[in-house]
Amino acid sequence: MAEPLLQVVDLFCERDDRVLFDGLGFSVFPGEILQVEGQNGSGKTTLLRILSGLSRHYEGQILWRGKPVSEQAESFRRELLYFGHQAGVKAILTPEENLAWYAALDPGIDLQQIPYALNAVGLRGFEDVPCHMLSAGQNRRVSLARLYLSRAPLWILDEPFTAIDKKGVAAKEALLLEHARRGGTVMLTTHHELDLSRHVRRINLDELSGT
Amino acid sequence: MPMLETKLQPLAVLEPDSDTEYRPGRILLLTLKRELRLALRRRSDLVNPLIFFLMVATLFPLGVSPEPSVLATLAPGVVWVAALLSTLLAMDSLFRSDYEDGSLEQILLSPQPLFVVVFGKVLAHWMMTGLPLTLMAPLIGVMLFLPAEGMGGLVLSLLIGTPTLSLVGAIGAALTVGLRKGGVLISLLVLPLYIPVLIFGTAAVEAAVTGLPVAGHLALLGALLALGAALAPLAIAAALRISVSG
Repeated sequence: MAEPLLQVVDLFCERDDRVLFDGLGFSVFPGEILQVEGQNGSGKTTLLRILSGLSRHYEGQILWRGKPVSEQAESFRRELLYFGHQAGVKAILTPEENLAWYAALDPGIDLQQIPYALNAVGLRGFEDVPCHMLSAGQNRRVSLARLYLSRAPLWILDEPFTAIDKKGVAAKEALLLEHARRGGTVMLTTHHELDLSRHVRRINLDELSGT
Repeated sequence: MPMLETKLQPLAVLEPDSDTEYRPGRILLLTLKRELRLALRRRSDLVNPLIFFLMVATLFPLGVSPEPSVLATLAPGVVWVAALLSTLLAMDSLFRSDYEDGSLEQILLSPQPLFVVVFGKVLAHWMMTGLPLTLMAPLIGVMLFLPAEGMGGLVLSLLIGTPTLSLVGAIGAALTVGLRKGGVLISLLVLPLYIPVLIFGTAAVEAAVTGLPVAGHLALLGALLALGAALAPLAIAAALRISVSG
């Protein structure tokens, strides 16, 4: 198999005197979809925040393309798309303006694609409506439109399907598969039953966690 | 699956020369544009510091003395202190909303240089607080019987001094953004650093009133601004990473 994109070696994280995981190690290869499982509070979000580089409360090593992430933070960020609990959507901006700002942050994005992306997440006709007038699900969709725009190989998605309707989830699952097929990698947490289970590798934090 | 008809972007091709797309000037401009647009859509936040500024100036003669000679001696200090506190008042909101809706995470994870984005945010913030305060200052000066000779010194000292206040205040805002109630803590962290600006600012106005040369005081304010503009964005960027990591 090809060289792993992301390698986690002996990861240890403690929060409020509780060990979330100890000696956690795994590799992620191009074309893989990896689902992080675990009950509430098992550290799924913490793990994804550590991997994305947001949180530094950990010990151990994270390698990106064989080199420590800390040594190549900028080029790692260029190849990363992170979708967090908070969608990162400004309520007083319109969906279009939100995505334009996102494109400003990530110059790999082609501004011409924004209308297509909004159409793809079912927000055609809402381009000029301020996001606080939209529903919770539609707000999540604004942020999910980034998946159609991004050229980053690594997607880290924390509960991407919250508040998304069934049809939307199906479309996003197909999108994840498509991304994996083109050589990208997805790491996600979700409480939805995924239809693509046979394509997904799972990591269960409950089994891994220490005491 | 009609939704997937929209074609996917090809994966990023990572070549060494892909750096060429990264122009700090462009992201600075886009940050400014975004921040100004956000500020203009939330006008109530915009006028808050200005009203505070105006209130202090109107209440002062009522509380102390309406005597022009008394007010004239106090005016430089009062205008400067009021401007300083108004800036401080507006500081807490600088990163708050970005932190709460997750935009800050996206900014931190973007490949763009963080200190440039941060500098853009502070600059926009100053244009919405410090600059209007500076423009309003002569009016307050007249209300407090500041002699006409002092007006030039007042406006110039505020023009050079308030950006420093915004830059330093933003460090405090960045350090406390992860806390539920950061307002008081910002003041404690930042006020000691505001004192030199206040001293040289009021000294400049007083020098202007008495007809002494102002250039020295303004030069010192300028030096503080240069120091702040060069170092504060780096400190703010580091503070934000710590706050979000917590």
